[in-house]
Amino acid sequence: MLHDNSFMQASLDGGFGQPVFEAQESFRRLLDAMARPGSIHQVTADVMAPGLAGPAQAALALTLCDADTPVWCAAASPAHSAWLAFHTGAPLTAAPEQAAFAFIGVGDAVPDDLSLGTQDYPDRSATLVIEVQSFGEGERFRLIGPGIDGAGDLAVDGLPKSFVAFRAANSALFPRGVDVVLTAGRDIVALPRSTTFVHWEG
Amino acid sequence: MYVAVKGGEAAIENAHRLLADRRRGDRGLPAITEAQITEQLSLAVDRVMAEASLYDPGLAALAIRQARGDMIEAIFILRAYRTTLPRFGTSLPLDSRAMRIERRISATYKDLPGGQLLGPTFDYTHRLLDPTLLGDPDIPDPAHRDGGLGDLARVSDILDGESLIETEADNGAEPGDITRTPQEFPLSRAERLQSLARGDEGFLLALAYSTQRGYGRSHPFVGEIRIGLATVEIEIPELGFSVAIGDVRVTECQMVNQFKGSTERPPQFTRGYGLVFGQSERKAMAMSLCDRALRAAEYGEEITAPAQDEEFVISHCDNVEATGFVEHLKLPHYVDFQAELGLVRRLRAAWQERGDLPEAESVEPIGEAAQ
Amino acid sequence: MNAVTYNFAYLDEQTKRMIRRAILKAIAIPGYQVPFAAREMPMPYGWGTGGVQVTAAVIGPKDVLKVIDQGTDDTTNAVSIRAFFRKVAGVATTTHTAEATVIQTRHRIPEHPLKEGQILVYQVPIPEPLRFLEPRETETRVMHGLEDYGLMHVKLYEDIAHHGRIATAYAYPVKIAGRYVMDPSPIPKFDNPKMTMSPALQLFGAGREKRIYAVPPYTDVKSLDFEDHPFEVQTFSEPCALCGARNVYLDEVVLDDRGGRMFVCSDTDNCESRRDETGAQS
Repeated sequence: MLHDNSFMQASLDGGFGQPVFEAQESFRRLLDAMARPGSIHQVTADVMAPGLAGPAQAALALTLCDADTPVWCAAASPAHSAWLAFHTGAPLTAAPEQAAFAFIGVGDAVPDDLSLGTQDYPDRSATLVIEVQSFGEGERFRLIGPGIDGAGDLAVDGLPKSFVAFRAANSALFPRGVDVVLTAGRDIVALPRSTTFVHWEG
Repeated sequence: MYVAVKGGEAAIENAHRLLADRRRGDRGLPAITEAQITEQLSLAVDRVMAEASLYDPGLAALAIRQARGDMIEAIFILRAYRTTLPRFGTSLPLDSRAMRIERRISATYKDLPGGQLLGPTFDYTHRLLDPTLLGDPDIPDPAHRDGGLGDLARVSDILDGESLIETEADNGAEPGDITRTPQEFPLSRAERLQSLARGDEGFLLALAYSTQRGYGRSHPFVGEIRIGLATVEIEIPELGFSVAIGDVRVTECQMVNQFKGSTERPPQFTRGYGLVFGQSERKAMAMSLCDRALRAAEYGEEITAPAQDEEFVISHCDNVEATGFVEHLKLPHYVDFQAELGLVRRLRAAWQERGDLPEAESVEPIGEAAQ
Repeated sequence: MNAVTYNFAYLDEQTKRMIRRAILKAIAIPGYQVPFAAREMPMPYGWGTGGVQVTAAVIGPKDVLKVIDQGTDDTTNAVSIRAFFRKVAGVATTTHTAEATVIQTRHRIPEHPLKEGQILVYQVPIPEPLRFLEPRETETRVMHGLEDYGLMHVKLYEDIAHHGRIATAYAYPVKIAGRYVMDPSPIPKFDNPKMTMSPALQLFGAGREKRIYAVPPYTDVKSLDFEDHPFEVQTFSEPCALCGARNVYLDEVVLDDRGGRMFVCSDTDNCESRRDETGAQS
């Protein structure tokens, strides 16, 4: 097999410079996001991965994925697989139903068959990370649920077309269901399964 | 004026200093060394390694010394250290058939290929205190048989040849790892055996004993107990072959149990299995009895006794968990006790209103009110 | 033997990731107990290993940690856990509730109201609220799955029938966001109302039982009760003998063997702050 230097380099670059502290910092941003659905947070680490949309997605992969978490990626490629293997040890899977984490880019469809967990073990479900164009503009939504004081608002540009229907179906399954993290460059917004997420023209 | 208690930090420091003093004892006596513990208290070292799930006699000896001989404390110290160790690889299954035998006995056959070998056993010693050990008497070298024992067939293999015992074949499934995956009942047998292997010797002994007294009877025979050194090999993917990385002393017990058969299975002997680090026959035997008792559901046997109840046995066999939770009761609980005090005072007052409690509480400092 | 060195906050990174994933799922399913592969810690099970693992997975160099046991920073186990994190993570510690970003607690919720951004980590001995009604996890798991809490209601109702009241003074069961019944850890029921709609994130760690659960901020936490027997909290007829506070939880201090006693704040930081303020004013 020929060695492609750019390929090799891409799979070695883009990780955390200080894995222990950057993982902790990124996790806390995500923790804040998950605890306060709809609130916008930023990851600070300068990371990038082939096949992942931006720094937030790369940081989440580095923070949460390892050999115990199969990853599904809409833009899967050998470079992406090599990057994940080198930095996290996570196996890339072609089957969404096996994925603990699924990553999709702007305009990609929400994959079918993501794991929903079971009624007895609802935690055994996938986390879906979706890159969008931006927050603060675009479609407007109203959010209600744990972590939200009263009701929250979120404007998102570039959600997958079927997303609202997907969320409605997901909510009906509670406590089973997929948890969603929206990313836009460095920004992250979490939409855990417990959040009711509806169009709002108010 | 009342002043709340302070100075926990200094108190802890002083307590640990006193502990260190008591651990050392009389400074006029030489300090005990890890090598002395490893050599002369080797069964204590073996137990600590077995229940800590870490094979390292030197560290086990250090733990015993640090724990002042408190075995469960030593097991805890070594277990906590084990958790911090990185994993470099996974060994191949030990081949107990190829182990270098130091002891091998069977209760099911008078004689068998390779013979019965007593080895370094307490069996048939008369338990008389031996004052000659008080000094440092000369101990003669042990007698050695000429030539090795070679590959010794296991008793279960002999029964297997006649199809009299259930067949156990590697089903190729990746065994679970109880230290990396949260338990989910019912467990696989592999996970159950892992739990039993690190389970408390005394607890498993008592449960095993209970099966002999009718609480989940399993008609056991010691097919074979063997103690010896087994080689640990790991596969190196880069090399494409396996490499021996050392020997561990293990005790293996194969218990053979009568089974009358069911609609699905023919009458045959069934197995209870025990494998323990070090020389630890009592533990291996107890483990194999518990293993068989816990297979009751597999054989369609009615579950009536504690030793057959997987959730009960496995949830309570770990002495590090058990000692922590029992001993945590000595931590302050006065906030909850205060809540209980208030509740009992109120219940007593109510009880008294209804009837005949002789003496009334003059004050009721704690009441209850809706939000 | 190699010199023993430990990672920042003691746990290795793989363990932290596993715990972090469990915490995120716990927040997504409020009140549901997420199984996790708890590690042996260098302190005994039952002494806060679950809380310590959660704290270790969450904490960073910028955090300020407060550790309390029975409401006070000075109880020996709180001192020991605080010293552990100072040693393995080098984090700043405080006794002031308002200054802390992460508060690890056993048996109390601080009196000083918590705020957004703070994380309260509870040490949990028995995470299963149904355990003493049904000891088998295989059974209780199904009950949670089916939202079948009949057994709990029967127990509470039997209390009322026998004693005229619900005879649970601490670890009083709560329902989270209308779905899961949860054990709030052995806090006195006095503290239960502080849990509901709290601006802080509440995380619960049970090391020996290998469970993590969570109450997100601004989440409804309802203490179980009946219409004709509403939930009640303890009230004290006298104020704290040291700071004069009312509507706080008090410890009963025995002064002699002739029935002499006094009541003082369980939350020592709150008590001292109040006394400092009074002192400054006078």
